[in-house]
Amino acid sequence: MKAIKKLLTKTLLATACVTAAMTATADVLSDIKSRDEIRIAVPQDFPPFGSVGADLKPQGIDVDMANYIADQMGVDLTIVPVTSANRIPYLQTKKVDLVISSLGKNPERQKAIDFSTPYAPFFLGVFGEKSVQAPNLAALSGKTVGVTRGSVEDLELERNAPSDINIQRFEDNNTTLTAYLTGQVNLIATGNLVATEIAKRKPARAPEAKFMLKDSPCYIGMAKGEAALQAEVNAIIAKALAEGKLNDISMKWLKAPLPQGFGA
Amino acid sequence: MLNFSDLLPYTDVFLGGLATTLQLTLLTTVLGVIVGTLCASIRQYGNKPSQRAVAAYVELIRNTPFIVQLFFIFFGLPSIGLLLTPWQASVIALTINLGAYSTEIIRAGLSNIPKGQWEAAKVLGMNFRQTLVRVVFTPAFEKIYPALTSQCIIVMLGSAVLSQISVQDLTYAANLVQSRNFRAFESYVVTALMYLGLAMLMRYIFGLIGKRVFAFREAS
Repeated sequence: MKAIKKLLTKTLLATACVTAAMTATADVLSDIKSRDEIRIAVPQDFPPFGSVGADLKPQGIDVDMANYIADQMGVDLTIVPVTSANRIPYLQTKKVDLVISSLGKNPERQKAIDFSTPYAPFFLGVFGEKSVQAPNLAALSGKTVGVTRGSVEDLELERNAPSDINIQRFEDNNTTLTAYLTGQVNLIATGNLVATEIAKRKPARAPEAKFMLKDSPCYIGMAKGEAALQAEVNAIIAKALAEGKLNDISMKWLKAPLPQGFGA
Repeated sequence: MLNFSDLLPYTDVFLGGLATTLQLTLLTTVLGVIVGTLCASIRQYGNKPSQRAVAAYVELIRNTPFIVQLFFIFFGLPSIGLLLTPWQASVIALTINLGAYSTEIIRAGLSNIPKGQWEAAKVLGMNFRQTLVRVVFTPAFEKIYPALTSQCIIVMLGSAVLSQISVQDLTYAANLVQSRNFRAFESYVVTALMYLGLAMLMRYIFGLIGKRVFAFREAS
């Protein structure tokens, strides 16, 4: 009986503490300032957004972005490596202040957390040689486009492209990539990360983004209802966009400039 | 659970694939057997260097996987400036492949023709062409005809891997359809039956041709 009573008291006490802690972080932004430290979750397993470098330190788009934000806020940065499965729980349990982890926006997530404006491009599109003119879907008429069979971009092309397009379907991303690298096709529909991979393997044949099929850029995630923090982060992103920092990061990690009209 | 009617909207895709496989098979069977006949003749009657060259070709092709040969032609050759369409690459790969295998088969038939048969033809006053066609090739082919038939069917079945380089053959059709409606079982059952039908059709046609070409057997 005594033991149970003791346990109950402890539990109550613990609950009280947690509640106190939660009320104390009513405004994350002022907490960050008073702590003089910002804790940001970045991916550890998703290059080029976030991975562990040869020096065992996290590196990538998201890490650069985290550094930039900490810099602009004038506070210290603590990097918290997360996986794509636990990045939102980290935010919800207040273990981190921001999640910069190649986060896409969708209605389910919007119920749980708030988003900044986009900071990095992530899209499916048609890519190709500089010499090929293909500014939109209609321009693909009569042209040959390589794509990975059964992928989202395959379905998008089939649904929306002109009927006289010649779609060459390959078994997997790697074969599609090889088909482009060897010149078997001069246009491919794929994700911008695959295009980056091509640019890395053969800079001379670095594909140029012609147009987007499906746009799903990355946003910074933060706890719900943190208006001050959201305004601050958005202002920093707007500045980064204006002064070309976002484009630099894109060039560095994605080997391609930001798509036209990014963030507009 | 099974629902074959989901395949109906894709009838055209299947028929298109079937037509492509049929065309490729027809073309490469003819070309492959021609290559095989030429190479077998060289192997049997040619001079030493040409015999060695043919032997090297046969061993190279028979001891490497078909899909590697195909990828080499499609993805490898562009780096030395030879860019082939999927269709061209397929015809070449299949022809080279059947050519190598049929060389060995046909050579077996040729080596079966005793020297005395040549001499007998000469004595009878037949010229070289007549001897070759009537006294050498016809009986030689008759001996190896069943093996040659099987090899052509194997090549037809092997053409399934052409879908890897985006040739829109029967297997490509099956892959495409099952990636769209997720009816994997149904798509592949239908495709397997089509291949079975094709193989039986080929055996039948080869049989008809054989009956005509080797009619002398029945007469004797």
